[in-house]
Amino acid sequence: MAEEKKLFKVTIDNITIDVEPGTSILNAARMIGGDVAPPAMCYYSKLKGSGGKCRTCLVEVAAGSTADPRPMPKLVASCRTNVMDGMIVKNITSERVIDARNGVVEFLLLNHPLDCPICDQAGECHLQDLSYDHGKEGTRYEFGRRTFEKHDLGPYIQLHMTRCILCYRCVFTADQLTNKRVHGVLDRGDHAEIATYIEKSLDNDFIGNVIDVCPVGALTDKTFRFKNRVWFLKPVDAHRDCPKCSGKVTLWNRGDEVFRVTARKDQWGEVNDWICNECRFEKKATSDWVIEGPTQVSRQSVISQGHYVGLHKPKETLVEVLDGQKPRLLMDIHDVSEVNKPTVDLSKIAGPAHSDDFK
Amino acid sequence: MGRKLLLEKAHVEGIRTYEVYRREGGYASVEKALKTMSPDQVTEEVKKSGLRGRGGAGFPAGMKWSFLAKPEGVPRYLVCNADESEPGTFKDRYLMEFIPHLLIEGLIVASYALGSNRTYIYIRGEYAWIVDILETAIAEANANGWLGKNIFGSGFDLQIYVQRGAGAYICGEETALIESLEGKRGNPRIKPPFPAVKGVWDCPTVVNNVETLAAVVPIINLGGEEYAKIGVGKSTGTKLISACGNINKPGVYEIDMTISVEEFIYSDEYCGGIPNGKRLKACIPGGSSVPILPANLLFKTAKGDTRIMNYESLSDGGFATGTMMGSGGFIVLDEDQCVVRHTLTLARFYRHESCGQCSPCREGTGWMEKILKNIETGKGKMSDIDLLWDIQRKIEGNTICPLGDAAAWPVAAALRHFRDEFEWHVLNPVESQQRNFGLAHYADPRPVPATA
Ligand SMILES: Cc1cc2nc3c(=O)[nH]c(=O)nc-3n(C[C@H](O)[C@H](O)[C@H](O)COP(=O)(O)O)c2cc1C
Ligand code: SF4
Ligand code: SF4
Ligand code: FES
Repeated sequence: MAEEKKLFKVTIDNITIDVEPGTSILNAARMIGGDVAPPAMCYYSKLKGSGGKCRTCLVEVAAGSTADPRPMPKLVASCRTNVMDGMIVKNITSERVIDARNGVVEFLLLNHPLDCPICDQAGECHLQDLSYDHGKEGTRYEFGRRTFEKHDLGPYIQLHMTRCILCYRCVFTADQLTNKRVHGVLDRGDHAEIATYIEKSLDNDFIGNVIDVCPVGALTDKTFRFKNRVWFLKPVDAHRDCPKCSGKVTLWNRGDEVFRVTARKDQWGEVNDWICNECRFEKKATSDWVIEGPTQVSRQSVISQGHYVGLHKPKETLVEVLDGQKPRLLMDIHDVSEVNKPTVDLSKIAGPAHSDDFK
Repeated sequence: MGRKLLLEKAHVEGIRTYEVYRREGGYASVEKALKTMSPDQVTEEVKKSGLRGRGGAGFPAGMKWSFLAKPEGVPRYLVCNADESEPGTFKDRYLMEFIPHLLIEGLIVASYALGSNRTYIYIRGEYAWIVDILETAIAEANANGWLGKNIFGSGFDLQIYVQRGAGAYICGEETALIESLEGKRGNPRIKPPFPAVKGVWDCPTVVNNVETLAAVVPIINLGGEEYAKIGVGKSTGTKLISACGNINKPGVYEIDMTISVEEFIYSDEYCGGIPNGKRLKACIPGGSSVPILPANLLFKTAKGDTRIMNYESLSDGGFATGTMMGSGGFIVLDEDQCVVRHTLTLARFYRHESCGQCSPCREGTGWMEKILKNIETGKGKMSDIDLLWDIQRKIEGNTICPLGDAAAWPVAAALRHFRDEFEWHVLNPVESQQRNFGLAHYADPRPVPATA
């Protein structure tokens, strides 16, 4: 008989789950899902060494394990603390956690410029989401917000240092995906900044992924800069045969026009498969791609407005209404009336029908 | 006169040279350890000695050594932390500058105990001239067979390297130190794993303070039990104190942890009292990170006992009425000193030295500095005082490394004990720019709670 693998029992916010040894509290909480999963601004499951820095994922360990049920004195970073058998964790059921997390959100927003109205990340920004969930109205900070000298990172990537939360994800990405890292964190403390030491452009292949991992609008796609708001775009899954990467992407379209190409992301906002620079920056025609269908967008996201993914179709009620009788004649108004061109297949129109579609 | 174990010979003419050091009995502990003891026996003696880490946290050194992982075929490292950058602390500098061979001797014995064949001294960048002193001492030790291959036929190989930092307080934190030693940016690592398991180049590593490692020499010479008889309770052996501020005789003193704080400040053997007949207002006994105490809590604990210069007595009363031994940076403030200004100075330091990795420390330290600056310059509001309290509370305990706590504690302690001085600054914005709050009631005897 194969040896049975011992699983660890961990209880998070009163919900118990069995997980493999070596699982972090955060990942265990994500398995439970919903509000039990702490917010994570710096951890990225696909980047080795990430996490531990932003402190938004702090949780209280009320009991360390069955063997040693003592509580841990300090809150711990759930992304970098592994579960033990019999561990009891409190996330949103802990007042200490809520208090500390409010503090962390306040710290993260302290010097943030709050320039969402002109930020390309708005609508898909994790700091925005975090602030809505945990932030307070108004600020207690009465001082000027910090600014930085501008650095040009070349033709592909736009840096707005004032928005950066120093999660280090882009540093890990450059280390782990590209052949050479040419940017990093300079200086320290509240004047630490992301930059290349000598003005260098970030153009190594696969470096474009820093745009996708950046939780805020500090690194955005220069080829998409100010072109559109993400919630006006329609994300569709598409692929192409790419010799360098998986070629599996999300196209951000409006009508037939591809505004932006990104990697596909999972429900935690993490990239599924990294994509190369060519797929991201150079393939901006629908004909470059094989369209698979609309991207699943979380109902909570502003991007879901105007999209009909996961639509719940009402059942066919005609027969019911007609007391069991079949309709004698069924007409498709689109076919019969000549108001709109019958040759246009309604189901193939991207988004709600528009007069332009019938020109 | 207290017993001296480290600095006894520090003023012998020429003690910096190998010749004189050896003539004065130097390197005897290496002979004893390598010729008559096993590595584990050395560790055992250090355990028995009760020696506590002199870098600030006071963790028992022998226990730390016994936690070192010893996987087969993986090198182990000893790293000597000579980054000494805590404001008020300058004892390691004194030791390395005047009696460098004592450190080298301690390093050889400790390396033998831990099985480290390559041992590093990570030294504060600003101590540039001490690098030369240490390298000269290492060269002399090499030339005389105390370092190198198969030292005195013991089969033990050792080389010591000095690595200079680039001027960052945070590189004194042991995991930031390790990163910096490896040639990386000096960011503290997220623990676990601890250095005992994964330290330098992911190998098991022990990081100890300069003074801790130097103390290994008398421990081996005397034997752990003898050493433990000096001092009291869990404060065994001698401790170097660097005294500064408003005292007549600033400098580095070796104490045996049985004298009272009052005696340390006023006796001629140590600080020699406060100049110009001024009165004592406050003191930070263990380096800038430990809580400041007003005069009336310094000489006597809240229970009314005499406060002694040792780990237990200084921390008596917890943070409410006590402080900490810390790294032994003893800072004295007389009645002319302004606690608000002083707290601002420290807040500026921590803001400047934060590595910036974690949000509470990166953002909170700067915020505290700005608010303190407003209060100090007469632009503060009453609500700022509560805000300061709230900020420090949200930093403490929520960061990657203890620098966050070290930034929060001085602010918390100043507010706890000197709140009226902060309020006075807010309520008297003009007057506070012209004169100091003065001694006020900070030296008045406190009512001692009746004990049953
Ligand atoms: C911000 C920070 C700075 C530190 N600086 C020093 C230092 O300069 N020298 C030192 O020995 N320990 C310093 N420490 C403590 C070390 O992390 C570590 O605990 C110490 O070197 C262990 O040695 P010990 O056990 O012999 O005291 C610092 C800790 C922190 C958090
Ligand atoms: S630029 Fe973005 S990814 Fe890089 S550290 Fe800043 S917030 Fe993180
Ligand atoms: S507490 Fe401060 S110094 Fe320590 S890791 Fe965090 S930001 Fe860096
Ligand atoms: S996600 Fe855990 S500390 Fe940032």
